Amino acid sequence: MTLEVFLQNLANGISLGSLYALIAIGYTMVYGILRLINFAHADLLMVAAYVSFYGIMVFALPWWLSFLIAIVFTALLGVSIEKIAYRPLRSAPRISVLISAIGVSFLLENLGIVAIGARPKSFPRPEEMVWNIKIGDVSFLSLTVIIPVVTMVLLVAVTYMVNKTKTGTAMRAVSRDFETASLMAIDVNKVVSTTFVVGSSLAAVGGIMWSLQYPQIDPLMGVFPGLKCFIAAVMGGIGSIPGAMLGGFILGMGEVFLVAFMPELSGYRDAFAFVILIFILLFKPTGILGENVVEKV
Amino acid sequence: MDRERMKPVLTLGLILLCSIALYFGQNYLDSFKIRVLNLAAIFVILGVSMNLVLGFTGMFSLGHAGFMCVGAYVSAILTMSPESKEMIYFMEPIISPLDKIHWPVFPAIIMAGIVAAFFGFLIGFPALRLRDDYLAIATLGFGEIIRIIVTNTITITNGSLGLKNIPSIKSLWVYWGFAIATIWILKRLINSSWGYAFKAIRDNEIAAEAMGIDIFKHKLLSFSVGAFFAGVAGALMGHLITSVDPTMFRFLFTFQILLIIVLGGLGSLTGSVIAGVVVTIMMEVLRFVEQPMNFLGLAIPGIPGMRMVIFSLLLLLVILYYRQGLMGTREFNWDWVLDKMGVSRSSKERRVGADG
Repeated sequence: MTLEVFLQNLANGISLGSLYALIAIGYTMVYGILRLINFAHADLLMVAAYVSFYGIMVFALPWWLSFLIAIVFTALLGVSIEKIAYRPLRSAPRISVLISAIGVSFLLENLGIVAIGARPKSFPRPEEMVWNIKIGDVSFLSLTVIIPVVTMVLLVAVTYMVNKTKTGTAMRAVSRDFETASLMAIDVNKVVSTTFVVGSSLAAVGGIMWSLQYPQIDPLMGVFPGLKCFIAAVMGGIGSIPGAMLGGFILGMGEVFLVAFMPELSGYRDAFAFVILIFILLFKPTGILGENVVEKV
Repeated sequence: MDRERMKPVLTLGLILLCSIALYFGQNYLDSFKIRVLNLAAIFVILGVSMNLVLGFTGMFSLGHAGFMCVGAYVSAILTMSPESKEMIYFMEPIISPLDKIHWPVFPAIIMAGIVAAFFGFLIGFPALRLRDDYLAIATLGFGEIIRIIVTNTITITNGSLGLKNIPSIKSLWVYWGFAIATIWILKRLINSSWGYAFKAIRDNEIAAEAMGIDIFKHKLLSFSVGAFFAGVAGALMGHLITSVDPTMFRFLFTFQILLIIVLGGLGSLTGSVIAGVVVTIMMEVLRFVEQPMNFLGLAIPGIPGMRMVIFSLLLLLVILYYRQGLMGTREFNWDWVLDKMGVSRSSKERRVGADG
């Protein structure tokens, strides 16, 4: 492997890794507060992609406005999903909530198929966002730089919000102990809604970035990235934002280099995430940066 | 005649009634209806076996489609004739011992179950240390891994081309025979000491452990038995459709089974059986929604995918407003039927207050 090829792969790995990390943070935030795998998170990616697609292609909006509308719409959708499908089940067994989340996910996918059709559409790439960069023999898409930068900015913003602001303090309190937090005059419902706004907006940005990178969108496009990003979140230790970041990078880098070093295994690329997940969970059942929670009797 | 003597007679009567129904079904229904009923039998097997794992043992396992995939392939490879194997594996020939094997259908289906159970055992070993959502995502992952392996091991499974010309079974007797056998075996299992341990683990794992129940052993058994029947159902599916390919067994499939057991009631075999039949038939009936039609002079275009929207909504409504499902954790029993029919209880039963 020449240095150029290595650098190329490294750049791809960083880009893919930060894309995974971006989506994984959304999972981890929701899980941290509600202890719920928000299966619908994956489909929010799809919704954001389609809203921006229609904004640009049908309503001929400028791309930035279209992306903005998509993010707002997705955030609202995320909050409504929580209100309708998760809130009534807050005192129910975990399995019920998980089934509800699966139900929402399938509903969104199938509504997508009914409303838009299952055939993939090609996502418009605005020239201001996507162009070719050439340094020496290494050439890459501008996205390879843009995606990690966007992820970094959002990561810093989210970390600041969680650790420094009043809302963030409330979030941490709710995630530690739901009932006690509500006794301490924290409006739990508001905190949960805020979490869903932030998480869904991250999903929307992730979905738009994803469609720019792989410009073919269909109603089931969120399923596989969603699954992998959840795995990234679990790997890093679910509930921990740096953990989600770390997991995303391990997964993205691992996948790119697996294919680069062992091309004969490229068919197994999608299985890589699951295999590494099982290994990590075997040795550290709560993930790399996860806290050990001992169940009280 | 007192009740304890009546029950076996009633059970025999029910079996006889089923046999008569099957006999008439086999002889007087058209092939499409028989096919739907066979599919219903497969979903009944899937429903009760997943209910054993999820409803009775409380393990949220989403790998059912993966085990079906294993079962379908094992049975298909074992039963296909060497000539048709030679024809179908044109990309790369099938590896040595498998190309000559030609088993009859019945042992092949059992073998499919055994291989799937073995996979369940292998997967359960690491995965069953996990709980709740973690287990769900790990088993979901295993389902996907199995699919990816099947797609890539071309010399065994023919890769993404799939297998065709699998020996076809059309008889209602076979499918419903397997379904009734499954229900019977699982009922015996659930009412044994193993079954009580399963329910104890479901209700409170820590308390169960404190009572001296070996959690891991019981979970592994439940998981492997579930995998066994999923494998059998997968094999039957292959013989019903006569072709298999890796895309058949996506997560969507597990979702349908989930819908069945939630609808029927988590922890009720009876519920799974009823919901299995109803959902499968509804799925076929609802196909009309996806056909273009004329309604009072109004041309309504067919909406592809509408069925799945209806089913997702159904799942959501049931879990939100009717969480215990059709049956809750209740089972069909003769005492209930006899009470309804006004058959009085024997004096002995009344004295101890025995309640079926």
